[in-house]
Amino acid sequence: MEKVEVRWHGRGGQGTVTAAKVFADACLSGGRYVQAFPEYGPERAGAPLRAYNRISSKELRMHCPVTTPDVVVVVDPTLIESIDVTEGAKDDAKFIINSSKEPAELRKKLKLKPTQKLYVVDATKIAIDCFGRPMPNSPMVGALNRVTGLVDLETVLEDVKKSFGKKFSQKIIDGNLLAVKRGYEEVKEG
Amino acid sequence: MTKIVAVTGNEAVANAFRQIEPDVCAAYPITPQTELMQRFASFVSNGQVKTELILVESEHSAMSACIGAAAAGGRVATATSSQGLALMWETLFIASGFRLPIVMPVVNRALSSPINIHCDHSDAMGARDSGWIQLWSENAQEAYDNTIQAFRIAEDMDIRLPVMVCYDGFIISHSIERIEYFDDEIVKKFVGEYKPLYPLLDIENPKSFGPLILTDLYHEVRKAHSEVYKNVPKVVLKVAKDFEKISGRKYGLFESYMLEDAEIGIVILNSAAGTTKDVIDDYRNKGVKVGLLKPRLFRPFPYAEIGNALKHLKALCVLDRADAFGGSFGPLYLDVAASLCNFDQKPILINRIYGLGGRDYMPEHAAGVIEELRKIAKTGKVKSLKEYIGVRE
Repeated sequence: MEKVEVRWHGRGGQGTVTAAKVFADACLSGGRYVQAFPEYGPERAGAPLRAYNRISSKELRMHCPVTTPDVVVVVDPTLIESIDVTEGAKDDAKFIINSSKEPAELRKKLKLKPTQKLYVVDATKIAIDCFGRPMPNSPMVGALNRVTGLVDLETVLEDVKKSFGKKFSQKIIDGNLLAVKRGYEEVKEG
Repeated sequence: MTKIVAVTGNEAVANAFRQIEPDVCAAYPITPQTELMQRFASFVSNGQVKTELILVESEHSAMSACIGAAAAGGRVATATSSQGLALMWETLFIASGFRLPIVMPVVNRALSSPINIHCDHSDAMGARDSGWIQLWSENAQEAYDNTIQAFRIAEDMDIRLPVMVCYDGFIISHSIERIEYFDDEIVKKFVGEYKPLYPLLDIENPKSFGPLILTDLYHEVRKAHSEVYKNVPKVVLKVAKDFEKISGRKYGLFESYMLEDAEIGIVILNSAAGTTKDVIDDYRNKGVKVGLLKPRLFRPFPYAEIGNALKHLKALCVLDRADAFGGSFGPLYLDVAASLCNFDQKPILINRIYGLGGRDYMPEHAAGVIEELRKIAKTGKVKSLKEYIGVRE
């Protein structure tokens, strides 16, 4: 692995930016260079937003949005209807979609190339199961971690604990940790 | 010992402030600087630093309070962006005229109007002749490192001048990157104990700041003041050398990247330099001899050193993230052109304006400039001296 570029698609208020930050922090282990940054538009709850990660074994000097992602994470399934989440994705890109739909249906909808891989996880359901709120970011971090294999699950869980620890109750933290684990376990290739 | 973390540029600079623990900070919030002072304010309220934080009603007051505190004999810092720096303008000259070693990160943001919160360099460029030293920073690590070095530079007894540390708003201030923090003790030892010079609080030895000097001696005072700036590069290099001992990271007056054997080159400030270096690597792999110069000490501008580093090139593009609306060129271009004008052998120069108000500077923009420079170097013909790039059609 020399460099992995990730593009996140979410909506304001879903924790997408936090997810990108947690993932970057977890990827620091092993001496890697990391970046996490959102595209700063008007910050409104519900508005479509993008966030990015670069993870590399070499120093990251590029300071601009990711336009040819290796991995595309779609946190909000409704975005597929309104924006082209496949734009610029590499021929061997991996798509991780939060959806309750069948992979075959999604693949057709997104018009993925046969060389591009699709992974599906019902992150909203997992989030509701684990801590009672439709915040799909934690399971998506788990799924991204599984698909990229950049760090072990324990490291990610430690980082979620650290990142959520300052703001939330133990119950919410435990729910999120479980959600990360379930995202990791339940993501399916299709 | 160092600690590796993933933090925003603002977080890194706030941490440098915590480690240095100035005596006084007077600040007013403005995007994208706000996060810096908000984080530092938590260090103050949590009792992690003993800094006197003065919350003022404007940036004009912030700088005025900083000037008072520094003249009183304290180590003083503040931070700002954009309109905030513009509002400080008249007091900036007083800080430098008083030779007060105030340190101020400037988180670069476009100026109104139209109002825009995103990055360009018009704010700091508007203050480039205010007598403040300016250090520019490519990434969060450089912003952190430059902030620590800025206190040593400002407080050097040979110069005693205020320093701005510039880094790109949002692109660096709000993006998370891997950086290395020093242990607190290392920073404290590097910066050292503050030595006041002619402090007003030394009431046994009363003195005046800011007297009236009219036609008899004002001219001479300003000449003496201008002489001080000749010592700045030497001090910057001395501090950089000491800094390398604790960090292993080399800093100079500017960074040269693949410049020595280059035929064409780019001069560019801050975060866009990183993106450009990646594109230069691609072209180098194809055998194109292209290099880059990234100024670090922009004020005072090291004319001789930069001229010497660029004079061998055939074609050179200066990329400005600010325009000077005087019918001429971008501010960085003007200085680079001045640094080259007296050499017999010099490159053909062009100026390109990019990235205003946060317009993304993409690898293809750098590639476009390199392609144009190749043509100019080959044919000697220039289509236009100054042009905006990355413009939506």
